[in-house]
Amino acid sequence: MVIVEEKYDFSAKAKKNLIITIGIGIFLTILGIVSMSMGGHHEEVAHEGGHAFSWINRLGVDIWINNIYFTGIAIVGVFFFALQYAAQAGWSVGIKRIPLAFGSWLPISGIVMLVSFFVFGHDIFHWTHHDLYNTSSHEFDSIINAKKGYFFWPLVDHPSIPVFFIARMLFFFGLWYYLFTKLRKLAFQEDLEGGTVPWYNMRKLSAVFLVIFAITSSIAAWDWVMSIDTHWFSTMFGWYVFASWWVTTLALITFITIYLKEKGLLSIVNENHLHDIGKFVFAFSVFWAYIWFSQFLLIYYANIPEESIYFVERWNNDQYGIIFFVNLFLNFVLPFLLLMPRDAKRHTAILKIVIPIVIFGHWIDFYLMITPGTLKENGGYGLVEFGTMLIYGGAFLYVALNSLSKAPLFAKKDPMLDESLHHHVQ
Amino acid sequence: MSNTKFILGVYEDEDILLNAIRSIRTAGVKIHEVYSPFPVHGIDDVLGYKRSKLSIVAFLFGLLGTSLALIMQIGMMGIDWPMIIGGKDFIPYPSFVPVIFELTVLLAAYGMCFTFFIVSDLKPWAKPRIFDLRITDDKHVMAIDLDQNKIDVAKIDQILKDNGASEVNQKNFDED
Repeated sequence: MVIVEEKYDFSAKAKKNLIITIGIGIFLTILGIVSMSMGGHHEEVAHEGGHAFSWINRLGVDIWINNIYFTGIAIVGVFFFALQYAAQAGWSVGIKRIPLAFGSWLPISGIVMLVSFFVFGHDIFHWTHHDLYNTSSHEFDSIINAKKGYFFWPLVDHPSIPVFFIARMLFFFGLWYYLFTKLRKLAFQEDLEGGTVPWYNMRKLSAVFLVIFAITSSIAAWDWVMSIDTHWFSTMFGWYVFASWWVTTLALITFITIYLKEKGLLSIVNENHLHDIGKFVFAFSVFWAYIWFSQFLLIYYANIPEESIYFVERWNNDQYGIIFFVNLFLNFVLPFLLLMPRDAKRHTAILKIVIPIVIFGHWIDFYLMITPGTLKENGGYGLVEFGTMLIYGGAFLYVALNSLSKAPLFAKKDPMLDESLHHHVQ
Repeated sequence: MSNTKFILGVYEDEDILLNAIRSIRTAGVKIHEVYSPFPVHGIDDVLGYKRSKLSIVAFLFGLLGTSLALIMQIGMMGIDWPMIIGGKDFIPYPSFVPVIFELTVLLAAYGMCFTFFIVSDLKPWAKPRIFDLRITDDKHVMAIDLDQNKIDVAKIDQILKDNGASEVNQKNFDED
């Protein structure tokens, strides 16, 4: 078999489609905002924070959901890439540059996240309200006050700007982006030089990245998601968020692999490789369910009020109760049953149905992590949610595909290429 | 008492073996079984084996496990001796999940295992046919059942030799 270098051509048509998607997203978001602010007077009930609910809160929360969701896909894409080297995996040569391209979203996502924290921070994070730390105020909250060092250090005595929180955010994005660019540079060096030197360098760097990722991704999950429900905590949370990100990324890799295969590219990827990545989606959907359930069961069984409030807000609730079960159905039951047969993973017909469901399902998972704690009874699902999702999705794919088109789709001189060509799954 | 005669082609290398299987099958000789000291990739396709249905058996046994776990727990906790535990319902489904999971895995694994034993005729008192001791060491052995082939012995010998067999032996089994 003659191996030809392949490049993805990010055509004007594909660009146009993505820009139209973003346009529809903006249109739907504005439509949603208009309909909310027109008929929304009865919704303006003062809630705990002391100020009225408006469409700005909801927009802020939706933007935050997408920030978390797409940042996760970007960094876990790099994680997948690093994992292939650390595990000395040979089968994935043809596809491993797809997740690497996701990492290009990191700088944008970092900036957007920082800006949206300053703009919408008060709507999203209850702990940003200064009265909570003022002993003379009737809003004083001794539990949150005890946690203030985690957010405001070194300004613990006068909690005004959450320095430690912002510093962590900047540090994580900076570190991730730095390691991503280093890995990317080494990956392209492989194209030019070949041999095993870039491969060994990459393995070393990957191992470092994996350790850093394990710690930072978990802390990021506490910071950006778990701190919304400031009183509540779960020791499973870092894992839970990671599991959700990981399945989404695997599903998106599969999706783009199928897309590229249908364009006639990726000639070295055959049904054996598709089978393996399909197995990944299947297995980690089960893993996600396992993590989800491990967090849920202990809280359900122990039934301690400060813990079970988290599920009272989500399950025993008219608004979110349905989504609570939809989440489990889309992310566990469907992929578990549909992806179980061997042929479902080797041919694209069923994958094409299940993969978009899983990608959408995990967006709902993040919606359920963030919305009930921020918007409470004012939350909902409608045009704004769908619109912001389209904007972010379109922009993310634009950046990722653009980055993918900049370099060959796989390294022709990858030392593992031969193993990948002979990859055979029973 | 039945007497079964086999012709054995001994091969040194798995690539030669795979090619040999291909051309021997096209020559119209039926292969009884091929024994090798390690798994040879692609040998199932070359031998024309159909995919095993064992995974379906596993799924059905798993389903049986799920149902048994549900029936057992609903019967015990909900019908036979209802008790209030931690203020939960008499039939608290989330609490049942660990047991459902364990029984599903247990029955799927055991069901698959014992089905495999039965289908493969593996039992403690079974007398295995040992074609050649070297299949546990460094040789691949292709067994051809003479009852299944109408071609005469000398010709099969020749076909095996032509396709790279390092030696060709005969083996008889006298079995009850």
